[in-house]
Amino acid sequence: MSRRLDGGSKRAEAPARPAPGAGMTENLVEIEHLTKRFQVKQGVFARGKAEVHAVEDVSLTVRRGETLGIVGESGCGKSTTARLILRLLDPTSGTVRFEGRDISKLSQRALRPLRREMQMIFQDPYSSLNPRKTVGQIIAAPFAIHGEKGSKLRVQELLETVGLSPEHYNRYPHEFSGGQRQRIGVARALALSPKLIVCDEPVSALDVSIQAQILNLLRTLQSEFNLTYVFISHDLSVIRQIADRIAVMYLGGIVELGDSESLYEQPKHPYTAALLSAVPRATTGRRERIVLSGDVPSPVDPPAACVFHPRCPRFHEGRCDVEAPELRELGPAHAAACHYPLEKWPMTDDELRRAGGTAQAASG
Amino acid sequence: MTDGRLLDVRGLTVRFPTPDGVVQAVSDVSFTLSRGETLGVVGESGSGKSVSNLAIMGLLNAQRTVISGEVEFLGRDLLKLSPDELRKIRGKDIAMVFQDPFACLHPMYRVGKQIAEAVTAHSDASRSEAWARAVELLDHVGIPNAAERARDYPHQFSGGMRQRAMIAMALVHNPAILICDEPTTALDVTVQAQILELIEEVKREFNIGVILVTHDLGVVAETANSVMVMYAGRIMEYGPAAEIFGRPQHPYAWGLLDSMPSIERRLTTLVPIEGSPPSLLTPPSGCAFHPRCRYRFEPCATERPPLAVPAAGTHADACHLDWEAKVREGAKRSAARLGDAA
Amino acid sequence: MTLYIARRLAWTLLVVGAVLLITYAVFFLLPNGDIATRFAGKAPTPQLLAEIRNRLGLDHPWYIQFALFVKHFFLGDAYGWPGLGYSYGGGVSVLSEITSRAPRTLWLITGAAILWLVSGVAIGIVSAVKRRSLTDRLAMGFALFGISAPVFWLGLMALWIFWRILGVGGGTGYTPIAQGVGSWAGHLILPWCVLALLYAAFYARMTRNNLLETLGEDYIRTARAKGLSEREVIFKHGLRASLTPIVTMFGMDIALLVGGAIITESVFNIQGLGWLAITSALNQDLPTLVGVIMLTATAVAVMNLVVDVLYAFIDPRVRYA
Repeated sequence: MSRRLDGGSKRAEAPARPAPGAGMTENLVEIEHLTKRFQVKQGVFARGKAEVHAVEDVSLTVRRGETLGIVGESGCGKSTTARLILRLLDPTSGTVRFEGRDISKLSQRALRPLRREMQMIFQDPYSSLNPRKTVGQIIAAPFAIHGEKGSKLRVQELLETVGLSPEHYNRYPHEFSGGQRQRIGVARALALSPKLIVCDEPVSALDVSIQAQILNLLRTLQSEFNLTYVFISHDLSVIRQIADRIAVMYLGGIVELGDSESLYEQPKHPYTAALLSAVPRATTGRRERIVLSGDVPSPVDPPAACVFHPRCPRFHEGRCDVEAPELRELGPAHAAACHYPLEKWPMTDDELRRAGGTAQAASG
Repeated sequence: MTDGRLLDVRGLTVRFPTPDGVVQAVSDVSFTLSRGETLGVVGESGSGKSVSNLAIMGLLNAQRTVISGEVEFLGRDLLKLSPDELRKIRGKDIAMVFQDPFACLHPMYRVGKQIAEAVTAHSDASRSEAWARAVELLDHVGIPNAAERARDYPHQFSGGMRQRAMIAMALVHNPAILICDEPTTALDVTVQAQILELIEEVKREFNIGVILVTHDLGVVAETANSVMVMYAGRIMEYGPAAEIFGRPQHPYAWGLLDSMPSIERRLTTLVPIEGSPPSLLTPPSGCAFHPRCRYRFEPCATERPPLAVPAAGTHADACHLDWEAKVREGAKRSAARLGDAA
Repeated sequence: MTLYIARRLAWTLLVVGAVLLITYAVFFLLPNGDIATRFAGKAPTPQLLAEIRNRLGLDHPWYIQFALFVKHFFLGDAYGWPGLGYSYGGGVSVLSEITSRAPRTLWLITGAAILWLVSGVAIGIVSAVKRRSLTDRLAMGFALFGISAPVFWLGLMALWIFWRILGVGGGTGYTPIAQGVGSWAGHLILPWCVLALLYAAFYARMTRNNLLETLGEDYIRTARAKGLSEREVIFKHGLRASLTPIVTMFGMDIALLVGGAIITESVFNIQGLGWLAITSALNQDLPTLVGVIMLTATAVAVMNLVVDVLYAFIDPRVRYA
């Protein structure tokens, strides 16, 4: 039934879709209740298949011109979310709207014209470039795919934009350092003047002195070309340097979502707080850390109710393991999915545990 | 200072002859390590930080490596030992934990068996004794339900548990030195905190010396007593951690610290080190860092600055700049950075 | 695990059935003339042809013939179970034909397989451990020779040099083991070596490459770091991981050879299953051909299963993902 409804609204909407550049809506991407599950085999002698809950009921928006950071540890679903936004994966359920148009059920053919509007930058600058193609061919490839002729001049212009020399046109990727290769990747993403660029851990494979170069480049390009970024990273320091708003993911769901400043200064979710306090800093000596016990549980069999409850210092039996918390507003442009959000920050480990008790009374 | 001295490395140099020329992976590296000390070795990829430790352990392919210098461990020069003598030290007196716990355990043997193997490699323990020791150590490094989990295969362990198992394996013979090569790089940040804490506990409990190799200055700042900053196979700056982070003297150290993205606040611009690390086949003349250095002046390109502690200084660096100017600049930068945090 | 094996066996049955069905369909639907004429002499009368058709069962549509075959297969015939029918030519029971030919091929494969597995893996290990040495170069030169030399040429050369000139071995033909082990082995020694050479070369290359790749793994460095001797590092840690692909290859190679080491059998005139398959195909002797095909298909399916189970025992990651 929902498919028919969606189909109908798509048809109704299509003519009304604003022409590119005119009458812009504020949100470039809108995701609603997005879910993705993967079937996995359990080994030769096991019967039946298990499901990985990669992304569970994620809703968020990406505003035009902003950088939305998605941060989380391995297996939290951040990369899957990115691929769902680009429709490199098909969602199990939920919708993704790009410029108001539902793209979650479009055919690959219908998607093609949209592909040029959204590009991706990958983590590994070593394996994401074809070693047998020259830099010129690599950057010109997107033009060819969309039936355009990318002139040599245009490619050289792009090379200059990303801080490489136009003379690099005829060289091969192996002749470049990691940082330079990532610049080539950026140039390729820019080729068709996209509206959205999804950056999947773009600086994680790079040395720290090179990371800063690429981050600066991405920032400059954003203001120059009015780009919108979705920036995926496991590194909270990197995210802080680039994102305007941040979604913190854990086991497939968003646990906290807010403006960067407010999220880093006043985290509300205990997981965000633990993440922030776990990052080693080169500024001071030892300080108190919230060390979470255990590992992230398997996404094949996520914990019931709040997925964070088995590791949470604020865990309350009878609430957290029974009722899944909704993502709710806790301040201006700041939401968290927690029954017992943090009252202040920083907090010691003890305070974190103790304060949970009073919160229970207050909210009960 | 001399008592408790475990390791005295002098002039360690590692060369890899290749068809394209000789890779000068490590050049003239000297340092010491004492009981209870954590020495942080920081540098970017290709800085020689890992290679120098593999050379000490005798884990580089002898046919394709030329090693010179002295590595004095409790009175013996490790570089002069036969492969078999070195093997008897490896895993017994000097143990190592590597970066990627996913790849470092054999996928087809039970975790307990792999640790038990480390027991029997240097003792006459029976199979069951070795197994019991493996279980005891797994329990010691915080694997819950160790007796049962020892029967698991590595793929049934999470990343953090695998790294714990690697640490358990390293502790089998109460080594004097534990070399940790990027022990947390492959782990999530919350798990990283657990593993760093475990290494610290182990160090205190067994009174061992730890060499912690990492690219992450934050990790070093939080765990190391002394720090060695490496670039292009050479030591750029070496001294107590508080000095390196409080009064860094070398422009490369400044660059590294400044280019680190801060978690404390959003910086208007990040200050990267321009350019890329040099090729070790043809390292730059003079100071290896000079092509990327903003402070270079006329001797830098021709004369290599020696690693030395200035007359009035607190720690060693290898830079031609006037010492007073360096101290002033370093202190200023640290103040700015620490000010950010406040 | 029992359930798994049962499921796999059911699949095997289905696959063998499908192969048979296709064989019947191809045999009868492709125009290849009236088979009965082959057995009716120079001037066949219609009565004679009809009689022959009736005797061979060719008067039924092909699918009925197939159904009859399946029925006899499961219920058995005069020569026991499984009933495979009678050859068109001599009216000989296909089952007895196969059981009399099978020992020749099986002995040939068994001997050769032991030979190539042991020598191939050994050469591969030595080569990998002494990489880039003279030994390695010689071994890989041998491997290249073994892979590129055609079997029929090798067989003829071996016969000429060893049997004719040096007087080693018993020459062509086959004598059953019951007639004396010496004569039996004497006749088989050259075919064993010739057949093994090709495979040994493949196995040596594969072992060497796998072992070299494994020796570059991080867990090998861990094994060295804990102070294991080089022997333990290579044989316990290195070899175990590099043998899994060889197990797979070994299983498949054996299975395919069950259908007949056709060239080797021909050169040495062994008249095993390969020879049976070739002659029945040339004579359009469907029942015999079907018998050999069934045997091969079953061997492939069963070896597949054996390899899978073995794999699970060698590699725990396969057992529980």
